[in-house]
Amino acid sequence: MFQYIIRRLLIAIPVLLGVTIFNFFIINLAPGNPVDMFVNPNMSAADILAKKEALGLNDPLWEQYGRWMGSMLQGDFGYSFATYEPVLDNIAARIGPTLLLMGTALIIAYLIAIPVGILSATKQYSFIDYLTTTFSFFGISIPNFFLGLGAIYVFGIVFPIFPTGGMTTLGSSGGFVDTFMHLVLPAMVLGTAIAGSMVRYVRSSMLEVLGQDYLRTARAKGLREFFVNNKHALRNALIPIVTIIGLEIPLLIGGAVVTEQIFQWPGLGQLTIQSIGSRDYPMLMALNFIAAFTVLFSNLLTDLMYSVVDPRIKYN
Amino acid sequence: MAAPELEFENNTPVSITQPLSNSQEGLGKEESYLKVVANRFFKHKLAVIGLVIITLFVLMAIFAPVIAPQDPLEVGYEFEAKPSSEHLLGTDQVGRDVLSRLIYASRISLSVGLGAVSIYVVIGTILGAIAGYMGKWADMLIMRITDVFMSFPFLMVILVLVSVMGPSLFNIILVLGILGWPPIARLVRGSVLSLKEMDYVKAGVALGYTAPKILLHHILPNALAPILVNATFGIASAIIMEASLSFLGMGVQPPTASWGNMLTEAQSLTVLAEQPWLWIPPGLMIILAVISINFMGDGLRDAVDPKSFK
Amino acid sequence: MSLPTEIKIEKPSKERTGTPLLEINNLKQYYPIKKGIFSKTVGHVKAVDGLSLQIYPGETLGLVGESGCGKSTTGRAIVQLEKPSEGEIIFDGKNISNFTNREMRSIRTELQIIFQDPYSSLNPRKRIGDLLSEPLLFHKLATPSEAKKKVEDMLEIVGLPKSYRNRYPHEFSGGQRQRIGIARALILNPKLIVCDEPVSALDVSIQAQVLNLLKDLQNEFNLTYLFIGHGLGAVKYISDRIAVMYLGNIVEIAKTEEMFKNPKHPYTLALLNAYPVPNPHLRGRQRIVLEGDVPSPANPPKGCKFHTRCPIAQSKCREEVPVLTGVHHSVACHFPIN
Repeated sequence: MFQYIIRRLLIAIPVLLGVTIFNFFIINLAPGNPVDMFVNPNMSAADILAKKEALGLNDPLWEQYGRWMGSMLQGDFGYSFATYEPVLDNIAARIGPTLLLMGTALIIAYLIAIPVGILSATKQYSFIDYLTTTFSFFGISIPNFFLGLGAIYVFGIVFPIFPTGGMTTLGSSGGFVDTFMHLVLPAMVLGTAIAGSMVRYVRSSMLEVLGQDYLRTARAKGLREFFVNNKHALRNALIPIVTIIGLEIPLLIGGAVVTEQIFQWPGLGQLTIQSIGSRDYPMLMALNFIAAFTVLFSNLLTDLMYSVVDPRIKYN
Repeated sequence: MAAPELEFENNTPVSITQPLSNSQEGLGKEESYLKVVANRFFKHKLAVIGLVIITLFVLMAIFAPVIAPQDPLEVGYEFEAKPSSEHLLGTDQVGRDVLSRLIYASRISLSVGLGAVSIYVVIGTILGAIAGYMGKWADMLIMRITDVFMSFPFLMVILVLVSVMGPSLFNIILVLGILGWPPIARLVRGSVLSLKEMDYVKAGVALGYTAPKILLHHILPNALAPILVNATFGIASAIIMEASLSFLGMGVQPPTASWGNMLTEAQSLTVLAEQPWLWIPPGLMIILAVISINFMGDGLRDAVDPKSFK
Repeated sequence: MSLPTEIKIEKPSKERTGTPLLEINNLKQYYPIKKGIFSKTVGHVKAVDGLSLQIYPGETLGLVGESGCGKSTTGRAIVQLEKPSEGEIIFDGKNISNFTNREMRSIRTELQIIFQDPYSSLNPRKRIGDLLSEPLLFHKLATPSEAKKKVEDMLEIVGLPKSYRNRYPHEFSGGQRQRIGIARALILNPKLIVCDEPVSALDVSIQAQVLNLLKDLQNEFNLTYLFIGHGLGAVKYISDRIAVMYLGNIVEIAKTEEMFKNPKHPYTLALLNAYPVPNPHLRGRQRIVLEGDVPSPANPPKGCKFHTRCPIAQSKCREEVPVLTGVHHSVACHFPIN
């Protein structure tokens, strides 16, 4: 087990290195460069050159990469081309809202997916099963942004219950209730989008467990159906259900980019879109790196959780 | 965005080594594999409905100039006009016919879906086959590269790449094609690993066939089913991805119509509240196309999976 | 040729003459066992551990032993499905064990294999006709029309109607599939065929038919067989000589009749005891019943590998490795029976 963790971590290092190289080079092979953003008619060619030199954009790519990697290992992600502030400060300011949104969305997704998935599995091939299957297919097939627009239309315009943009009311000092009200719509949108795929997952893992012999035994010895399903089956089905959190992370990150953009949620997703607009390379590199790191780490965590939760799995 | 879930589902149930027919005695009718799969597919009602709808979409895309009532780029009409007999779905902010734009936009979605998926199926199949068949360092290298690609949250890296390359239809197809291959590569590698232990592949080696011949004639044809299922779901994901990119302004650029960029304008509350004809139809088109393809994929998966046959 | 129906009891005894068609010298096939963070090799599974044998033109050499003794590995090494870790495989005067893939390809037509499982040995997506014509076309040994003719002839030779060439493998029974597998091995006109337990997966009633087919084909095409089996019945029926394998080595090799009349290795005797003898006069011989399991080939016993299960083992057996000795009847045992 310990060896397995070490081996997985060792494999993750070249992958992470590959991630940074890939990341660095695509961003730097871009035709435009950030200096273009500052160019104005009053600047001379020499000024532009000096600006480029100051930002280190004239050095060979591998040197720029080495510099970036070197300082990154010391926790320094450089300065944003757009705000001139340290990249890490910008990210730190935005990470809280994103985690709040993702966490809430994940909880909503679980709250929807687990009961619906179990109901669908225990009543396999019933009307309810077909209904939930069809609905989960719709959940998978509706683009996040359209769901967002629909939510704004229904809950922001037709029934103006919730605010539709930002994290706090402009001019107010925020506060728990205000933030909560702003959180409802984006979290619901992101949560239901993920729930669609989660329902399918819960259903199939529950079905697999329901087919096991020990459940037949439980029934044969006269346990009531409720106990069979909720005590014996659910516990074993929970193993894969708990661990899908790892699979949902990339989905959450992608979904957050779109959802934050629609609801003007001041998180990392919105920052990504803004940075793309302003060609803020250091910011994009850091954001992509953090995202990739999160994905790698959550994959590792998923595998490890499997082995902890499921005693049958041994890693040698 | 549904890609990861679908990958997961694809990886699980499709068995490739089991023969489709379990007839131990050779008395069965002459029934080809394709016929069996087709029969099972047509028993899946939702899949058949999906197939019909997608066929209609394809026809719509091909015959767009014939079907569309107006030129989708012509701006000569009243701005933001409500639906009327002249403009069944009204006109947009610059006075273009929404229905015509909707019809033409199906070309964008379908070409992104088919184009991107064709590219990455080819790349993924080649890399997966090499990794699985050659093993050793080639496998090691390819799988590590796959890990690198799979570590990026798909949408984020696509956004960056498209913004780097410049947003256009061609670039979207290219980027989705270049980035989409890892799941296919993993799938193909797994299939090849198990198929290359089959005696008929060993027989091919003993008969002196070259590696490409064995891969192309004896391994890949038997690994086709899961690839096909994965590709079908992939088309649906690619369509959603294009719509999302276009919606964010990083996709197909106006004046060319795409269901995604038709929705971009709806980000204003006035449009949302007062001009539903501008944003509901393109959204419904995306959902209809994507869900039809997903149902087809589901039917196909059941059809090629020997275990699901009842 | 008609389908062989009657079972022939006597087989004209062939003397081994001239140079062997296949000669194996000190063949070793080791598989590394990997452990730890850096996948360090901590040991080897010694599937075949220094095996030597000769097969002469026109004969059938039977290779028997329990599952896991390395007999199939030997067969697969001969047709170079796996590169041996060590040792020489000399086929028709050429050492093929160090041939490149390209060099090997030219010799593949002379060296074929028939597999055990008739279900996994035929590509389910190809029609029988294509399966059989493919080797001819690939090696450019025939034009498409010649190949079609040859396939039809070959189907008739193995006892199948030529109209079957348009069918898929799943439409056939196990026995029919095995005939197709034989046809595929035969179509390139090979000199040596490795038969890797070709009848073990078949019903007993079908086994005899397939064995007779193999015998007839041998006479007709002057074939040499290495017949691998774990049932003594089939091996006795088809082989001129029998080699008995235990844990990666040959422990005894002799002519079939000699082996059955006068087994020298206790392991051979144990195998013979397990095989029901129809003749009551032969039942009186010493009985050995094997106890325990075959030791792991990753960690074989020192000395004679059989000593852990041998009822007559002595201290010498635990220390010294016995060498295969004897000209016509070789045995690797310190204390051979009789």
